[in-house]
Amino acid sequence: MARDGGVSCLRSSETMRVGIGGMESPPLDLDDVHVLAVDDSLVDRIVIERLLRITSCKVTAVDSGWRALEFLGLDNEKASAELDRLKVDLIITDYCMPGMTGYELLKKIKESSSFRQVPVVIMSSENVLTRIDRCLEEGAEDFLLKPVKLADVKRLRSSLTRDVKLSNANKRKLPEDSVPVNTSLPPPPSPFTISPDSSDSSPPSTISPESSDSSPPLSPVEIFSSPLSSLLDDEDDDVLPSSPESSPAPEESPVRRQKMGSPGLD
Amino acid sequence: MDALVAQLQMQYRNYTVSLYQQGFLDDQFTELKKLQDDASPDFVAEVLSLFFEDCVKLIGNMARALDQTGTVDFSQVGASVHQLKGSSSSVGAKRVKGLCITFKEYCEANNYEGCVRCLQQVDIEFKALQTKLQDMFNLEKQIIQAGGKVPQVDIN
Repeated sequence: MARDGGVSCLRSSETMRVGIGGMESPPLDLDDVHVLAVDDSLVDRIVIERLLRITSCKVTAVDSGWRALEFLGLDNEKASAELDRLKVDLIITDYCMPGMTGYELLKKIKESSSFRQVPVVIMSSENVLTRIDRCLEEGAEDFLLKPVKLADVKRLRSSLTRDVKLSNANKRKLPEDSVPVNTSLPPPPSPFTISPDSSDSSPPSTISPESSDSSPPLSPVEIFSSPLSSLLDDEDDDVLPSSPESSPAPEESPVRRQKMGSPGLD
Repeated sequence: MDALVAQLQMQYRNYTVSLYQQGFLDDQFTELKKLQDDASPDFVAEVLSLFFEDCVKLIGNMARALDQTGTVDFSQVGASVHQLKGSSSSVGAKRVKGLCITFKEYCEANNYEGCVRCLQQVDIEFKALQTKLQDMFNLEKQIIQAGGKVPQVDIN
């Protein structure tokens, strides 16, 4: 168990698998869910790490928003080829952290073109509705009340598996020289713009692996991942947003995705 | 051998239940036990050990902050209390967590005497929990050494 305050990766091989350091990446394991966990408390970091690993996630745990941005490559302007391989399927962060709060981290992630589609879950020990609302408005997928339980993480995990499988199936069809994903380059003209007048456009949610032969190349991170639960539709009462009963059926997710806008537009 | 195991297991069950009944532990501790398995048989002990280290560190911070005669920065004390509240909550250390809630209120009220009292109590409480858990983990070891399995204890 790593005890330092920095990045704690329980298995360095997992870090290498996400291609940091320019190593040749092994074939993508389609069932791999890679989670970036952010929490300034060591105890909480160890617990969340264990919760995630026990639900078959690969985990990278860091102790601050700055380290998270560093890990994601969002702390500098340099284009990096390695980022093509950086696969983060979920970011789960504590809200109250010194320096950069989870909310500020959420905003920075949602501002980045590389990672804005990655679901971000906020954890907090305080059940403050205005805080929850603010995070959801900023694009957080879910809000978990601490202490986090196994059932919470299992629920997150099962939502993710389906979406990672979908998006990974699309990744397999990518040509070798797919569009770069670095934020410093202007966004490439997206052949897959969601526009009403596009005659052959189909809603992103209905992409199935079999039909992607004829689909335009997708940037590795411009994947359409379903939100974990459509909290925007929930009634705002005292019930925690993270309660399983409030999660809508997956079919509702296309509405949410189109709200987020297409990658090529800002 | 079996009689010994059975006796130890009963002792263990009773002891564990009493810890919950006396408010030392709450169901988050039960949640932590769910994360322990044959591959990670010492997970709970390891997390609790980190928690106790955290207690020592944070209580030290609080003591230092409260020791600034005349110019106590209560927000600084409160920041450490907040962290301790968080980690005690995460491991199921119910009494420590409860004390932190009171402690936080005293910080917000800039109540020096209240804070000093809470600091003393928190120190006593985490050490008491540490001792109790050590006894519990020792019972687990004895059961295993006697050839038995540590029973799942149903707290209800």
